[in-house]
Amino acid sequence: MRADGRPRARLHPGRLTGTVLWYAGLGAGAVFTVFPLAWTLLVSLQPAGPVFSLPPDLRPWPLTAAHYRGVWETLPLPRYTLNTLLITGMGVGLTLVVCSLAAYPLARMRFPGRAAIFYGILAMLMLPEHVGLIVNFITMMRLRLVDTYAAVYLPSVASIVGIFLLRQAYLSVPRELEDAARIDGAGELTIWWRIMLPLVAPALATLAIFQFVAFWNSFLWPIIVLKSPDKYPLAAGLLYLRGLFAHNTRYIAAGTVMAGVPVIVLFVFTQRYFMRGVTAGAIR
Amino acid sequence: MSARARQTAIAYLFLLPALVLLGVFTVYPVLVGTVLSLFDYDVLTPPRYVGLRQFQRLLADRYFWIALTNSARYVLVVPVIQLCSLLLAVAVNRPLRGIRAFRAAYYIPVITSWPVAGIVWTWMYDQQGVVNFVLRTLGVLDRPFSWLTHPSLALYAVMFVTLWKGLGWYMVIYLAGLQAVPPEYEEAAWLDGASRRQVFWRITVPLLRPYLLLGSLLSTMAAVKVFEEIYVMTRGGPFYSTYTMFMYIFDTAFEELDMGYAAALALVLAAVLLAFSAVNVRLFRHGGLEGYE
Repeated sequence: MRADGRPRARLHPGRLTGTVLWYAGLGAGAVFTVFPLAWTLLVSLQPAGPVFSLPPDLRPWPLTAAHYRGVWETLPLPRYTLNTLLITGMGVGLTLVVCSLAAYPLARMRFPGRAAIFYGILAMLMLPEHVGLIVNFITMMRLRLVDTYAAVYLPSVASIVGIFLLRQAYLSVPRELEDAARIDGAGELTIWWRIMLPLVAPALATLAIFQFVAFWNSFLWPIIVLKSPDKYPLAAGLLYLRGLFAHNTRYIAAGTVMAGVPVIVLFVFTQRYFMRGVTAGAIR
Repeated sequence: MSARARQTAIAYLFLLPALVLLGVFTVYPVLVGTVLSLFDYDVLTPPRYVGLRQFQRLLADRYFWIALTNSARYVLVVPVIQLCSLLLAVAVNRPLRGIRAFRAAYYIPVITSWPVAGIVWTWMYDQQGVVNFVLRTLGVLDRPFSWLTHPSLALYAVMFVTLWKGLGWYMVIYLAGLQAVPPEYEEAAWLDGASRRQVFWRITVPLLRPYLLLGSLLSTMAAVKVFEEIYVMTRGGPFYSTYTMFMYIFDTAFEELDMGYAAALALVLAAVLLAFSAVNVRLFRHGGLEGYE
């Protein structure tokens, strides 16, 4: 954010009117992006009555949690939640381990082939993923992993953007810290674990948050590689349930809120990391 | 073992898990996928070499041409999404009170999953839904439309959801760009008496060229490969009016198990993506700070 006192302010004779209009525009934009989700939340909390009516029923009172109880007790939502937690947990955990291991020598060690490997990994970003989807399914069949959680998270744990992000973070750690530990006789693994990892914690957090959202929201690969719907994560399970219970709009709305809210809550508390992550990941 | 050899061995041990995973799930599939397009393979029986037959099949395939046309048509969303998110970035690039809350509000659709977005927008587009209500209240429509089941409207209705969900993401990219542009150039133009609009279009936008390239490149790729929004809202219907390349690949591979043909379709899509990226790079190649330094 730029400092105040830019010439921009001077160009506004009616400064107050300008600011008010600016806020009005910003508000209209926010209504556009948030309304559909807020409306779904409202639908999930209203007790009964027609969901679709002209004008829409936006009465915020009375509210009830009955649909949440209903959907949790009669539909396999607890199961989907558990599946999501397993897939997301394993996925994020393994991503952090694999990427922080791989990025370390690329940033801090000298060995033959380093540049080739680094640029080779970056070049993989340009490979067409959609071609990979087909063969990865065949690979999973060969490995007898179809219909397992491992098949869902394994292909995405070696995140190229993650390796790049962590390499940049390792590069900024001062050499002296490492040298001091080396003089004390610490091995590479100790240096990595004891000295480097704590120092790149902000980058690890950024990567963890991004992978959390990616795994939590993923549904395309899960529906390809999981054959039994009771192994679906929430996002995929929600689509499946919509197909079966389309008539019960308020139940589906409650399920939709349950699938969407955890990520939004995480975002609200870690907004800073999101903004940093998008720019670090997208702009090299 | 010499110290140097030891160091090398340790380095490769650190890299090993990532290299194995990238090899198996990122590089190998593309290589095999290319070869697979020369075979007939249904997963159950051994693959049979058919040469370029799959590609010949493409040319006579009606659904391939429909899907290709729809994927290309989807690129229409790119200029709209880029212009809107650029203006949005300008709007939130001001030291106003509460601006962070607005940025957050615009970003929320980005982190919403496609199934959630698809369900919500299917309701929004209902005959008795909010979209029809708003448009009728504004006097744009005199009768409600069933947007997602209307053959000539469905594709545009889906594009609008792509816009809704993508705005915040590109806004963050352009915001980073706006904050990286040194203010001196704009200030010099103010002093020379340029108007607000002139400064924005003549100074700021050309300086943002690298960011515009990135934004339009990523957005074009996403548009040509569009799948999620289609899958969760229309599944390609009505009457194939929203059937895109990725949708066709998905059906061919995982519904028909016609893996060889799916691989051929995927390679054609990769070629189309390459062509569109080349056009993008050409459009935005020059600019940024290079003209000033």
